[in-house]
Amino acid sequence: MSKQLLKGNEAFAEAAIRAGCEGFFGYPITPSTEFLEYMAKRMPELGRAFVQAESEVAAINMVYGAACTGKRVMTASSSPGISLMMEGISYLAGTEVPAVIVNVMRGGPGLGNIAPAQGDYYQMVKGGGHGDYFPIVLAPASVQEAINIMGVAFDLADKYRAVVHMIVDGNMGQMMEPAELPPMRELPKKPPNWAVTGAKGRKPNFLSSIYIDPVEQEVTNLRLLKRWLEIEKNEVRFAESGLEDAEIAVVGFGTSGRVASSAIRTAREEGIKVGLLRPITLAPFPEKRLEEISKQVRRILVVEMNSGMMLDDVNRVVQGRVPVEFYGRMGGITPLPDEILDEIRRVATNRMPVNGDARQQWITRLEKIVGGQA
Amino acid sequence: MTTLHQINHQIVYQRPESLSDTNTHYCPGCTHGVAHRLVAEVLDEMGIREKTIGVAPVGCSVFAYKYFNMDFVEAAHGRAPAMATGVKRVLPQNTVYTYQGDGDLASIGMAEIMHVAARGENITVIFINNAIYGMTGGQMAPTTLPGMKTTSSPLGRDVELSGFPIRMSEMLATMDGAGYIARGSLHDAKHIRKAKKAIRIAFETQERGLGFSMVELLSSCPTNWKITPNEALDFIAEQMVPVFPLGEFKTNPELAKLRV
Ligand SMILES: Cc1ncc(C[n+]2csc(CCOP(=O)(O)OP(=O)(O)O)c2C)c(N)n1
Repeated sequence: MSKQLLKGNEAFAEAAIRAGCEGFFGYPITPSTEFLEYMAKRMPELGRAFVQAESEVAAINMVYGAACTGKRVMTASSSPGISLMMEGISYLAGTEVPAVIVNVMRGGPGLGNIAPAQGDYYQMVKGGGHGDYFPIVLAPASVQEAINIMGVAFDLADKYRAVVHMIVDGNMGQMMEPAELPPMRELPKKPPNWAVTGAKGRKPNFLSSIYIDPVEQEVTNLRLLKRWLEIEKNEVRFAESGLEDAEIAVVGFGTSGRVASSAIRTAREEGIKVGLLRPITLAPFPEKRLEEISKQVRRILVVEMNSGMMLDDVNRVVQGRVPVEFYGRMGGITPLPDEILDEIRRVATNRMPVNGDARQQWITRLEKIVGGQA
Repeated sequence: MTTLHQINHQIVYQRPESLSDTNTHYCPGCTHGVAHRLVAEVLDEMGIREKTIGVAPVGCSVFAYKYFNMDFVEAAHGRAPAMATGVKRVLPQNTVYTYQGDGDLASIGMAEIMHVAARGENITVIFINNAIYGMTGGQMAPTTLPGMKTTSSPLGRDVELSGFPIRMSEMLATMDGAGYIARGSLHDAKHIRKAKKAIRIAFETQERGLGFSMVELLSSCPTNWKITPNEALDFIAEQMVPVFPLGEFKTNPELAKLRV
């Protein structure tokens, strides 16, 4: 198949269909709406399920019900909608049924705005719903990468009977890029043996997240934790460039990672030895690779479109071996390559230790920029 | 001498296949068990147990999946109609029903129940109206009668402060997507027989693809009403029925031909 010019949200939706998605349940919200609109047209054409639910609360519970039948099902929404889905996400995780949830993130908190942001990092990566559970979080950085990872998302969800989040920011949902779609996968002939399908000629199956006896609940928590440790061992994904001889490492995911990579190209032309680590799985986090890098480079710069959330995970892994600096934009603002280039130049010549929270120094720099804009 | 073994037995009453061989946790005098049995008998008589998927609520019937002998899922509080929608849309050939209490259905799950009916989703809802939150220990429900004492309306439900009971069947009957809506009661044998008939029609509605169906059942909760089981049955007849009139509120004309 050849490359076509594809709009992010529509491409992700088609990729999900080709990965075998048989049910989509959603509610409109910018900047993810085209996902739902595409599904509204395409799913009935294929005889697959589509419902525009009355709310995100209902949508995720439709996903929950459909997931219990063992079919590949999903929803897509954007930050405030994902907040409403958190109840259902926790139930999905507690019931150990697979589902894929796409969050096309926007500026917040609250109603915020519809501009691209990465402020849902904590909510998505650290769980977000109640109770002890661990979602897998994928953060692609281009339309093509997201298309490719959609199939991976469904495979991982099935393999681990887990909730898989794919998070992108509004830029990626809205932009058009040349990309290639995979062929249509064949649908499975038989449901998994745990699925509810009607107890014909077998004992009934029941799926629930209730474990009234704390002993049973703890056993379940332990099972989930052990499965998670397995995931941490097997499923880490990241992209990197220019790290072989790097003295400075930039760490960024999704769009901020992508913007950083173009800044890094220019910095390299200027002779700065800088490379990029771009986590593709935010959970599990590429800890081993980052640890290696932290033993090689002189300084690390974390770039995000939030107030420094992944920064905490980077610090946790780096453990003060080298100074970790931060540059972020918030509120729906995407950093420009030049902004990150300036940061790389600054970091490359900075020999001072980072005293206290890297955010303190960043805030001072950011206030100058924001002040200039106001 | 004839021994007991030589007598020809004719079984006149036994556990329906659709019920599991287990004891329930329901309190003495609670009618959840009666409602379970009616649903099970209907599913047996229609021969659809093996293709039926139930959706349990959060409430006293949270363990319904243990008591019914069929595939079951367990919803979040109030979300059973959404969950049932998900199941039904990907398995349209299966029979799907929810079993919900009044807090579950008429309070936290109000949006889900209204929209499942509006969509004309081909599912059946068994709605247990006991005018109280049973599982959490007897708080006021959206169906609590004016003046009725609960732990969260200790002086009796004051309509000035906490409004009026909600009549779900009447409201849902206004939905074009609804094929069958009825309210029955479980307070005596005569009404239990009628309730079973309504449950049969509701499942027949689903089997015929005639849209959303619901049977509301006025039920007892002696424990939280703080009266004896017998008094509780009288309470239904004397206090609840006047507020929640019995009958069929919506019947798709196709169902009129049905003899059950
Ligand atoms: C989100 C959420 N809120 C509150 C509860 C606590 N809760 C459990 S059951 C229940 C009320 C159930 O009452 P009803 O639906 O009338 O059923 P009954 O127990 O009377 O059969 C409540 C409030 C919960 N489990 N989940």
